[in-house]
Amino acid sequence: MAAGIYLNVAVSGLLTGLVYGLMALGLSVIFGVVRVVNFAHGEMMTIAMYLAIVLFSSLGLDPLVMIIPIAGVLFAFGYALQAGLINPFISRPEHSQFILLVAVALIIVNVLLMLFGPDARNVQTSYSFDSFLIGPLIVDATKVYVGAATCIVTAALFAFFRLTLTGKAIRACADNYTGALVVGLDVKRLYALTFGLGAACVGAAGSMLVLLFDVTPALGPSLTLLAFIIVITGGLGSMPGALLGGVLIGLTEALAGLFFTPSAKSMFSFGLLVLVLLFRPQGILGKRAS
Amino acid sequence: MIGRLFEETPRISLVLLALLLAGLLAAPWWANDYLLTVLIIILYFAYGGQAWNVMMGFAGQLSLGHAIYVGLGAYTTAALYVHFGIGPWLGLPVAVAIATVCGAIIGFLAFRFGVGGVYFAILTIAFAEFARIGFDHFTWVGGSSGFFLPVANYSRNDLWNLRGNPTMFYYLMLALTVAAFVLCHLLLRSRVGYYWQAIREDETAARSLGIDTFRYKMIAVMISAGMTSIAGVFFAFYYNNLFPEQVFHISRSIELILGPIIGGIGTLFGPIIGAFLLTGLSETMQQILSALGLDVPGAKQVFYGICLLLVVMLLPDGVWPWLARRLGLARQRR
Repeated sequence: MAAGIYLNVAVSGLLTGLVYGLMALGLSVIFGVVRVVNFAHGEMMTIAMYLAIVLFSSLGLDPLVMIIPIAGVLFAFGYALQAGLINPFISRPEHSQFILLVAVALIIVNVLLMLFGPDARNVQTSYSFDSFLIGPLIVDATKVYVGAATCIVTAALFAFFRLTLTGKAIRACADNYTGALVVGLDVKRLYALTFGLGAACVGAAGSMLVLLFDVTPALGPSLTLLAFIIVITGGLGSMPGALLGGVLIGLTEALAGLFFTPSAKSMFSFGLLVLVLLFRPQGILGKRAS
Repeated sequence: MIGRLFEETPRISLVLLALLLAGLLAAPWWANDYLLTVLIIILYFAYGGQAWNVMMGFAGQLSLGHAIYVGLGAYTTAALYVHFGIGPWLGLPVAVAIATVCGAIIGFLAFRFGVGGVYFAILTIAFAEFARIGFDHFTWVGGSSGFFLPVANYSRNDLWNLRGNPTMFYYLMLALTVAAFVLCHLLLRSRVGYYWQAIREDETAARSLGIDTFRYKMIAVMISAGMTSIAGVFFAFYYNNLFPEQVFHISRSIELILGPIIGGIGTLFGPIIGAFLLTGLSETMQQILSALGLDVPGAKQVFYGICLLLVVMLLPDGVWPWLARRLGLARQRR
C-alpha cells in the first residue's frame, strides 16, 4: 500500500508537471528565438487563468473547451507586446530588457488586482472530484484530461516548427539573426509571431492550470520563477528540455511534499536548479552557447 | 585620498553636491515626520542601489538576488541582539563577514563553472529564493511567523544599540550613503575599478590583457554583498520585525536595483538620483491618488509601472547621464 501512495503522488506530480512544462515551453520558445527573457511570463499566465475563470463563471464555458480561444487571446497579447514594446529593445542590454518586462509584469499584476481583488478564485467543474482507477492507481480525472490536452498542444507546436514554412523561418531567425535578414525574412514580424506563440502556450497552460489550483493576482511572480526553474533545468531555448524540466519539477515538488512538508517543496526545485546550473549550466538538454 | 575625490570634477558639480548635502544634513529641521520617513527610505534605497551598482554597474555582473544579502545582514544582527544581547555595532562585522562569504560562495560556484549573463542572474534569484524558503523553516529565528526585536523606546536615542527616533536613523542612513558614495568613487578610480570596467565592457578582451577576471569578479561580488548586508542591519533595527516572505522576497531585490537602473547604471550619482526619483514618484502618486479618491489597491503600482516603462523607453542610459548632459556636468568619459 505504501508503494501505492508514492506511485499515486508521482503520477499526479507528473501530470501537473506536464502543464508546468507547457508554460515553460512558452518561455523557452521566446528566449530561444527572440533572446529576451520574459520576466512577465507568470503574470501573462494569470491573465489566462482569470480569463478562464470569467468565461466559466459568466458563460459557464468549460476551461478545457476554452483552451484554444484563450490561447488565441494571449497570442494577440504577446504579438502586440513584442511588436509594440519589445522589438525596439532587442539590441539593448539585458538589464534594460529586464526593467521593461518587470514594468509590464507590475502593470499586469496590479490591473488584475484592481479588476478582481486579492481573493483567491477557482473553477469547480462537474468532474472536479472524478477519478480513474487504473490497477492500484487512483488518478484525478482533471489531471488526466489536462495532461492529454498538454500533449496535444505541444505536439501541434512541434509540428508547426518542424513542418510549416513559417516555423522553419522562425527557426532560421533563432539560428542566425544576420543570415535571416540577408535572405529577406521579416525578422521583426517573426519575432512578434514567436512571442505570440510563446504567449499562446501560456494561455493554453493557464486555462488548464485553473482546474488544478486557485489563482490570485500575486500568483504571477511565483509562476514566473517556476517557469525559470523549469526552463533552466531543462535547457533554456530547448523545447524538449522545457517539457522534461516541467515533468522533473512537477515530480520533485510532489515527492518533496510527501516526504517533507509541502511548504518546503519549492526549496527542492531550487536545489535542483542550483545543481543543474553548477554542473550543466546549459541545462539537461540544452546546447552550450558559444 | 580625499584630494583625489575632488580633482577632475567640475567645480559646478562640487557646488551642487555641497548644496545637496547641506540640504540633507538640515533635513530634520525643514522636513516633517512624514517627509523624514520618506527621506530615510530614499537613503536606504540610495545606499542599497550603490552597493548593487558595484557589482552590476562597475563589473557588469547582473545580480537579481541581492535580497539574500539584505536578509543575511538583517537576520544575523537581529539574532545576535535578541539571543545573545550583542549590539548591532558588534554584530555588524559578523553580518558583513557572513554576507561576504555567501557572496563568495555564489560567485565562486558561478564564475568557476563559467555561468554568466542571464544564467548568472537567475542563479542569484535561485539562491535568494532558497534562502527565503530556508528561513521560513528556520525556527531559531522565528521561521515564517517572523522575528521581532524589542520595540524601541523613543524617549531617548541609544546609538550604541540603534534604538531611537527616526532622526537618528536618518543621520545613520545619510552617513552610510555618503560613505558608500566615497567608497564607490575611490573604487571606480582605483586599479580594481578599471579592471572591473574592462571586464564589464569585454570580458574576453580583459582576460587577454592579462586581467585575472575570475579574481576581480569575485572581489566585486564580495564587496557588493558586504555593503548590501549593512543595509540589512539598518533594515532590522529600523523596522524591528523580519519576515522571510518580505525580507528575502524577489520584489525586495527588484526594488533595490530599480534605482540604479533608472538613475543610470555604472554612474556614481545614478543610484542616488534613481532612489530620489522612484521613491519620490511613488509617494507623490500615493498623495495624488488619495486626494482624487482613487486609492484602489493596485492603482499606484499601475502608474508606477507605466512611469518605469516610459523612463526605460525614453532614457535608455538612465536619468543621470541625461541630466548631467543637460546641466553641462558631463565629463568626456567613454
